[in-house]
Amino acid sequence: MTIHEKSLIRPENLIQHDKLVIDGVDVSGDWSTFIAPRVITDYNEALEAEIAAMPGGQHIHRCWQCGSCTNACTVNALNPDFNPRYWIYLIRLGMESELLRDKDIIWQCVSCNKCTNICPRDVDPEGVMKATAHWLELKGHTPRSPAMTFDHEFSAQVVATGRIEEGRLLQRFFARTGQKLTQDWLVGLIRGLILRLPVGLLARLGLAALRPPRTRRWDGAQRAMNEFIAEQTTAQRKALGLPPETAR
Amino acid sequence: MSEPIAYYPGCALEGTGHAYDRSTRAVGAALGLPLQELKDWNCCGAMEVKNIDPRLQTFLSARNLRIAAEMGHHTVMAPCNGCYHNLKKAEHDLTHDPDSRETVARLADKSGEAAYQPGSVRSIHALEWIREALGADGLRARVKNSLKGMKIANYYGCMYSRPRHIFPEKDKGPGSESTSRPHFMDELLAAAGAENMEYPLKTACCGGAHTLSDSDTSTRLVLNLLTAAEECGAEVIATECPTCHSGLEMHQARAARVFGKQTRVKILYFTQLLGLALGLSARQVGVAENLSDSRDFLRARGFR
Ligand code: SF4
Ligand code: SF4
Repeated sequence: MTIHEKSLIRPENLIQHDKLVIDGVDVSGDWSTFIAPRVITDYNEALEAEIAAMPGGQHIHRCWQCGSCTNACTVNALNPDFNPRYWIYLIRLGMESELLRDKDIIWQCVSCNKCTNICPRDVDPEGVMKATAHWLELKGHTPRSPAMTFDHEFSAQVVATGRIEEGRLLQRFFARTGQKLTQDWLVGLIRGLILRLPVGLLARLGLAALRPPRTRRWDGAQRAMNEFIAEQTTAQRKALGLPPETAR
Repeated sequence: MSEPIAYYPGCALEGTGHAYDRSTRAVGAALGLPLQELKDWNCCGAMEVKNIDPRLQTFLSARNLRIAAEMGHHTVMAPCNGCYHNLKKAEHDLTHDPDSRETVARLADKSGEAAYQPGSVRSIHALEWIREALGADGLRARVKNSLKGMKIANYYGCMYSRPRHIFPEKDKGPGSESTSRPHFMDELLAAAGAENMEYPLKTACCGGAHTLSDSDTSTRLVLNLLTAAEECGAEVIATECPTCHSGLEMHQARAARVFGKQTRVKILYFTQLLGLALGLSARQVGVAENLSDSRDFLRARGFR
């Protein structure tokens, strides 16, 4: 059975001895800490294949665990628990329960591509992070993250009109995530801007919000993209053994 | 007047990055470099659509490239790092990944449009556009109003140079751009009279992908960028991406408001700085349209 390094050195697995005598020798003080032995049996053998079936995850099998991704990672520098190399390791071993301990931070990848840039094996770890976040959500392990909500609102608008109008996007995003549109740090900025802007430009921006920009001759692309998304969603759910999607 | 090239502004330049659009067009006009906007362009998918499926993003960018080809252009210029990155990524995937090529062809066919032929249009960033057309020396000869040693930290962000394999023309030795230590913006601004600071975070991340969905992470990342720039002695951070630019502006304000961390460094698009050096007014390069206010700083330096 594979020995799994990190779970063994977690605080709850450490056994502390105040006084310890081994074979008549007093080793108190030197050998005070032991790690509880354990056997792992709850592997999910399908985990790697499931992640590989999510968009961005297809090259996970190439990883040789060099650690360059984690070493370069922007979010790892802020939070040492954010560890792409380790998650790839867990996924490839099938250690789902271990992976789930970090389920609430995986979506925080900022897509800076430092990992994908440095990876010697073309794993595309950035893609694997997104694939894993996607998997967590589809499997129902995490609610839809704010980032994923943003992705969906954004993509829906692009598919519908071919363009993004930021005002409308923000409104929908804040509404979906239950935040006030008037975040107080934003209000000050925007008030300052409005005071400075020439009237003509203000009128134009106001008009853009009322009559959002659209790409002309977009119907065909819209249809094709919607069909593709439906097709892919079905395939992904099937790969994870989930029933077909019912209307949200 | 040289031949016009295709111009792909992208969505952000129609919204929060309006000043970047204005200053890019103004610099082009001042330098006699004509631009022709892509007809019926669509959003590149930014950093969001690829999370639904990367091939959708390839489709979106391939459509823009196809339009450029149909308009008879060999080169398309995008000032936004995200748009530029996605065009390059699409070109790379269509050339190297049969699955992307097949999917994009199928999507194009379904939408009743022709598919883009990989290799027919070259995508360049606004930095490459000016550098190729004039070079630093050509630009220096056109400077009317030198930046007079303004201390600048050049900030390139993530999307301009990572991952390196989608930029096959970079890292080709002298004269080419470097993915680890980019220098094109430094060269142009030096030609305009700036003093470039040794700035170690040129390609660090501003957290732009999660500006709103994970604001605390973004604020911490931006605060790193701002304080490092100040410690390097910079008065201004020059930007080349609307997402980075507005992220820096918003989180500079948020850091002050929410974390109580004040920073003074000014945030300006490199095209705004070049435009001022070429003799354009602050109004012509949209200084008042930035979210952050640099007007007093520029006025004190004699730029009106
Ligand atoms: S850099 Fe690539 S090969 Fe190395 S650990 Fe990360 S994913 Fe694996
Ligand atoms: S793309 Fe995500 S996982 Fe990769 S280095 Fe950046 S933050 Fe880390």
